[in-house]
Amino acid sequence: MNKLSVLKITDLTKRYYNKTALENVSLDFEQGKIYGLLGPNGSGKTTLMKVVAGLHKQTSGSVLINDEMLSYKSKAYISYMPTENYMYDNFKAIDILKFYNTMYEDFRYDYALNLLNDIDVNLDSKISKLSSGQIGKLKTVIALSRNVQIYLLDEPLNGVDVLSRDTIMDLIIKSQSENKIIIISTHLVSEIEKILDAVIFLKEGIVEVFGDAEELRQERQLSVEGIYKEVFRNA
Amino acid sequence: MEFNNNIPIYMQVIERIKQDIVSGKLKPGEKMPSSREYSNELGINFNTVARVYKELENEKIVFTKRGLGTFITESDQIIEKLRYTMAKNQITAFIDGMKQLGYTKEDMIKFIETENNYLEGNE
Repeated sequence: MNKLSVLKITDLTKRYYNKTALENVSLDFEQGKIYGLLGPNGSGKTTLMKVVAGLHKQTSGSVLINDEMLSYKSKAYISYMPTENYMYDNFKAIDILKFYNTMYEDFRYDYALNLLNDIDVNLDSKISKLSSGQIGKLKTVIALSRNVQIYLLDEPLNGVDVLSRDTIMDLIIKSQSENKIIIISTHLVSEIEKILDAVIFLKEGIVEVFGDAEELRQERQLSVEGIYKEVFRNA
Repeated sequence: MEFNNNIPIYMQVIERIKQDIVSGKLKPGEKMPSSREYSNELGINFNTVARVYKELENEKIVFTKRGLGTFITESDQIIEKLRYTMAKNQITAFIDGMKQLGYTKEDMIKFIETENNYLEGNE
């Protein structure tokens, strides 16, 4: 049975003035898979996510979601987690959950509470009192608690301690399901590679590698990180 | 379980399951965790676990009962064959390695006897 194409990017180019951030990016994503969007800082990972999330408009090319052109309606299918801490300092963690619950019809409040149960984030703590690891975990829980088809997590492991990284990866694995696509951008390849189905190497806005993680390991007798180092050594 | 990222992860999980079957840690007919449970336990993607079960099923080392889950084979013959194959892989690698070090068959046997006696003496 052919899987439905939920997210298909064709010849996507994004220019800012005279700088090219993405060039002819074509990617077809399959349901049920976790993708790693890998590349050093400035390679275009965030730009790509923002275009798919509808926050930036592409210069040319197309993004199809469930066979429809990207539009304001697409937001209902996409949960985007920005890399920075977007939460108000004076809010308590529980207020953020309530806010999302009001904002998004698809927000699974009990699911979020359930995920947070196993995590050391006190719901009554103000955001300003949380460590960067706790913020990272809370942001991930919130993004994954929306019940949508596509999740875009921008640098979820950045600036987060080692133990919190493990927790964040566990959260992602728990949220994986047959009809969802999860895309994670990161440059921390060795940490994350064991949870990825497929990887995209983005080098100066161009897709250098797009393939199944296990097949890449088998073909090249290297870890994804090893291949990453070869591809970006001279970048 | 710690993974070596240079080797496909599904192969490493398969190796471990096979070892656990041969050593008796996993019993014939024992129910395996669901893909979801196992992926949470190992901290890996559930498609990887699904692939592990599929490959093991092709080798008749596990079988699935529809709606009930995945189970370790009950066939002594298959388990015996698995033990033999795994032992053979070990001995082949050993012989190759020793030959590269210039050992003859007699030297190898002598070495195994002395070393084994020493190890048993230490137990």
